[in-house]
Amino acid sequence: MRVYLDNNATTMVDPKVFAKMEPYFVEMYGNPNSLHEFGSESHPALRRAMDQLYAGLNASDKDDIVITSCATESNNWVLKSIYNDYILNGEKDHIITSEVEHPAIISTCKFLETLGVKVTYLPVNEKGVIEVESLKKSITEKTALVTIMWANNETGMIFPIEEISNICKENNILFHSDAVQAVGKIPVDLQKIDIDFLSFSAHKFHGPKGVGGLYIKNSQPLTPLFHGGEHMGGRRSGTLNVAGIVGMGEALDIAVQNLDFEKNSVRKLRDKLEDEVLKLDDVFVVGTRDERTPNTILVSVKGIEGEAMLWDLNKNGIAASTGSACASEDLESNPVMEAIGAEADLAHTALRLSLSRFTTQEEIDYTVSILNDAVKRLRAISSTYSYAPDWHDSKL
Amino acid sequence: MAKNDLIGGSIWEEYSQKVQDLMNNPQNMGEITEEEAKEKGLKLIVADFGAESCGDAVRLYWAVNEDTNVIEDAKFKSFGCGTAIASSDTMADLCKGKTVDEAVKITNIDVEHAMRDNPDTPAVPPQKMHCSVMAYDVIKAAAASYKGVDAESFETDIIVCECARVTLGTIKEVIKINDLHTVEEITNYTKAGAFCKSCVKPGGHEEKDYYLVDILKDTRAEMEMEKMSALADAKIAGTHSDIPFDDLTMVQKLKAVEAAIDKDIRPMLVMDGGNLEIVDIKDTDDGNTDIYIRYLGACHGCASSSTGTLFAIESVLKEECSEKIRVLPI
Repeated sequence: MRVYLDNNATTMVDPKVFAKMEPYFVEMYGNPNSLHEFGSESHPALRRAMDQLYAGLNASDKDDIVITSCATESNNWVLKSIYNDYILNGEKDHIITSEVEHPAIISTCKFLETLGVKVTYLPVNEKGVIEVESLKKSITEKTALVTIMWANNETGMIFPIEEISNICKENNILFHSDAVQAVGKIPVDLQKIDIDFLSFSAHKFHGPKGVGGLYIKNSQPLTPLFHGGEHMGGRRSGTLNVAGIVGMGEALDIAVQNLDFEKNSVRKLRDKLEDEVLKLDDVFVVGTRDERTPNTILVSVKGIEGEAMLWDLNKNGIAASTGSACASEDLESNPVMEAIGAEADLAHTALRLSLSRFTTQEEIDYTVSILNDAVKRLRAISSTYSYAPDWHDSKL
Repeated sequence: MAKNDLIGGSIWEEYSQKVQDLMNNPQNMGEITEEEAKEKGLKLIVADFGAESCGDAVRLYWAVNEDTNVIEDAKFKSFGCGTAIASSDTMADLCKGKTVDEAVKITNIDVEHAMRDNPDTPAVPPQKMHCSVMAYDVIKAAAASYKGVDAESFETDIIVCECARVTLGTIKEVIKINDLHTVEEITNYTKAGAFCKSCVKPGGHEEKDYYLVDILKDTRAEMEMEKMSALADAKIAGTHSDIPFDDLTMVQKLKAVEAAIDKDIRPMLVMDGGNLEIVDIKDTDDGNTDIYIRYLGACHGCASSSTGTLFAIESVLKEECSEKIRVLPI
């Protein structure tokens, strides 16, 4: 049996989404910017996709949802153009973010620092969430932008976006949110919550890879990142990824229709898995269930290094994730784990299980049984649970 | 960065079959208890290395025959990733049947080689070499415990890169001999820093006593000092033959010119009741070195001072120091 519990990394394309995309590869392959019928025959599907995206995020028709290649592009665009428009060619000099953002934000901020931008990385509490008080204290007259994620990819923890938005509005500061882990999993209503810019990506909600978007409130100015032809109203150049856009629209539509299913059914399976995980000795889960996206569990399993755990799960066909240093290319441990779990060795023992609406009860039962075996086997190997005679002065 | 690096691979694909098999089924995993050792008349040694909070930790058990110093049995327990478990297992295996003195000679490189499927293909990807180092360190800890000595006493050289076992001496030597300017060059020459990269600069996977960036900086500074002192020695010896005049610093040029004047010019001037002093020395944009002099005593106002004497001084300095010298009386 193969079980995919790494849906915060990427998801399966919903077969219904794939079916909608298929005609736009071989049949209707024209460039939508061309005058001829080959080009224009994709227009109805593109318009429908845009309607689905605006409806899915409850964006106003006055707002822009600009299609990009991925959320990394959207994040880069916002940060680099805010730098250009408000710092390099303006009076501002400061950006506020958190220390647990995705590398697409953190690395871009580090780059902007080399250009002289001041960046504040807000710390997080033991649940991996920022405290709004620290945000208030960090704001200066020269703060150009606050960029805070909607939900964290590792923990699933949902950030106090409405409060952050209110603080930004009171201080007249632009607010961007990387909502990659929120869109399609929990309600994102952009007429209810006042956000200037919001990034999202199709492959996190059963759409295709290589397509994402940037929401821009009131179509406000933001210098393009991609210059070129007049695609996307001149905001983002590059021939439209027709099939990708059609797929993203359909995927968001289906995901939004399934938000109750996420909240109830996916969460029920997640909670069942969590109940079983918590029956193990010496484990802890980050954050309460209500505070998290309904599909995510980040658990620390004492005595078992994350990569070793993934190895045993993978051997049995189960895909999961760890923030452990040993599992990364460069041996650097995940900063999210470092930030929230220094005392608890989370940086080495974290296991992330992320479900989707395609996860079944049978898969969860199988996972529980394999996980129990893996914990038993690996703890038998672990020095954490090992014999030492009385005279031995343990150094572990 | 090139074609093969653009799509990152899974590090698991780089594990040898032996590593994978040991990870799935470690052969020497377990414990040796006090009772078990006593039953066989052996001495139990328990040694720890690493810490869970650092991401890897290993406990090694030896049952040693005190008459022969032979390690009759070895077992391990390990907190760590797959390669840490496989390395610990291989290490325990290599200890068995060896005397304690022989076991201390087992290095992390021996452990890694023992896990290879074929002699030319590394058993683990570069960043995982680090795991075999821990296996080596715990042997030293066990031997130290058996002999009642400090683990440091087994290591005579300072090892900077533990993954590739490169010593401080080797690194300094290659920098000097090959005139290296970058850490990448050091890595290409010695393999130091090619694996877990902890020794490259502070802030890596593990804290180190020595970092390649510092060693490079210090060694370059040392080389610069050596060069300066060689110059000073050459000046004292009166020979600059090995260092071209044009490469000297202004102070060194001044001293070289003074030395040449003292040796070949001043005695002649003094004989005639005259002398000279150097007022200034300048490198010009067109690549010459201008030496401004003032005549003293009888030379001052002498008709020859702007003709014959001046040509004599200039030709001596051209001969002794550099063709590019021009002498300008003021």
